[in-house]
Amino acid sequence: MATFTEKLGNIDRRIIFTVIALSVVIPLAMRFNLPIPITPGPSTDMFDVVEALPAGSMVLLSFDYDPSTMPELQPMAFALTQHLMRKDIKIVSMALWPMGVSLGNEVLTSVSDSLGREEYVDWVNLGYKTGGGVLIVRMGSNIKSVFPEDYDGNSVDDMPIMDHVNKLGDFDMIISLSAGDPGVPAWIMMAGDRYDIPIGGGCTAVSAPQFYPYLGTGQLIGLLGGLKGAADYETLVRIGMENPPPGTAIPGMAAQSVAHLVIMLFIILGNISYLAEKKKKGGVK
Amino acid sequence: MNWTIFGIWLGALLSLSLYSFLYKDNPFYKFAEHLFVGMSAGYWVIYTIKNVLIPNWWENLLPAEGGMQPIWLIPGILGIFMVLRIVPKLASLSRMSLSLIVGTGAGLTMTAMFQTNALAQVNGTIVALGQGGGWFNWVSNIIMVTGVVCGLVYFFFSKAHTGIVGRTANVGITILMVAFGASFGYTVMARISLLIGQTQFLLFEWLPTMGIHL
Repeated sequence: MATFTEKLGNIDRRIIFTVIALSVVIPLAMRFNLPIPITPGPSTDMFDVVEALPAGSMVLLSFDYDPSTMPELQPMAFALTQHLMRKDIKIVSMALWPMGVSLGNEVLTSVSDSLGREEYVDWVNLGYKTGGGVLIVRMGSNIKSVFPEDYDGNSVDDMPIMDHVNKLGDFDMIISLSAGDPGVPAWIMMAGDRYDIPIGGGCTAVSAPQFYPYLGTGQLIGLLGGLKGAADYETLVRIGMENPPPGTAIPGMAAQSVAHLVIMLFIILGNISYLAEKKKKGGVK
Repeated sequence: MNWTIFGIWLGALLSLSLYSFLYKDNPFYKFAEHLFVGMSAGYWVIYTIKNVLIPNWWENLLPAEGGMQPIWLIPGILGIFMVLRIVPKLASLSRMSLSLIVGTGAGLTMTAMFQTNALAQVNGTIVALGQGGGWFNWVSNIIMVTGVVCGLVYFFFSKAHTGIVGRTANVGITILMVAFGASFGYTVMARISLLIGQTQFLLFEWLPTMGIHL
């Protein structure tokens, strides 16, 4: 007959899935909130740089992701766009990923409508072009030759926002919300290091560790990593705001924290079982 | 018919079908999986033709203002060469297109890659240990420099990993394990985030269509 520690090490995976599912569903359904303490780090660095930009600055916002990473990157896009538009910073958006265009347009339209901003004056969505790094290099010398028209097919020459933008060097900052390649590394390599433009990044949690070296060297001025980065930014943007707009990252973090606790519990149980069984067989002295 | 509600129901049922695999393989999962693969392939073909081939090639070959630009026949021919991989006798022609892509890519990224991922990183590792930032920065800098040196020693295979070299390599592998652990933690966070996103959709978009408001 199996001992308790043996049973502990052989819990049916369906039980684990069910417990993890409940640890996510219950906090969300109960609208359970946990505090999100903001400590100095890549998220606050990003916020501080955007906060320091004067009104009228030009920011290039690149939506380099697709629906598969929406839960992590879309809340970041909303929080960043709200921050930029509230500060009256002009946004020129584009995408290195085909489906990033429509996701970006959803964010820009929604935030612009809520804040009364005007398309082609305060923001424009240039759309998607293939090419990745090669495209960025071309944009370094002439953006309008790469994007003669915006996402809706209107000529960029007729847009007030594009009056003072001819090349990448005309931007005060570039932000890439990236789910992979092409994304943050391509912007650092082909724009940041070449033209000395500050690059900010938002990425999925999976890819965040690989971008930390760029923070250490200053090649990235800030980084929002996964849902935590999005929740940090949402929290920072809401400070001092009356009736802040609803976000999805902050409620999601409560579920995330509970799920992490459950996973840690399972890891501990698994290790207890492993060590107990090994000791029983004389493997651990 | 309310297409928004139809879309929400379709999304919800397909999500639940895919999650049903966690119990065991079943026809609902298979259906959703095959539908996803087929839809993705079809979507990408149309998207590529409409958003890549037509604006970047066709409209340059035959501009709206009239006339033909024969120079644009070259990328067209190279593109056809790529497709010829499916004809065994002509498959070798695709090498011309591939070599152009590889050559251009390598030429464009070689120096940039070296500058961004090697020189700048080496430069970032050469830090004045006692420079500003208080004791926390001092300790961080020591760990970073030690980590880089020991990590490099671990990947130095021309000398046996014994004695001082072995001990240094052990420190290196320990630091690598810490890095992998951090990476795994982030991966867990990412996967749970995806589950949270889909759960939010089911709870706050799908359930309300049935009059259930949480």
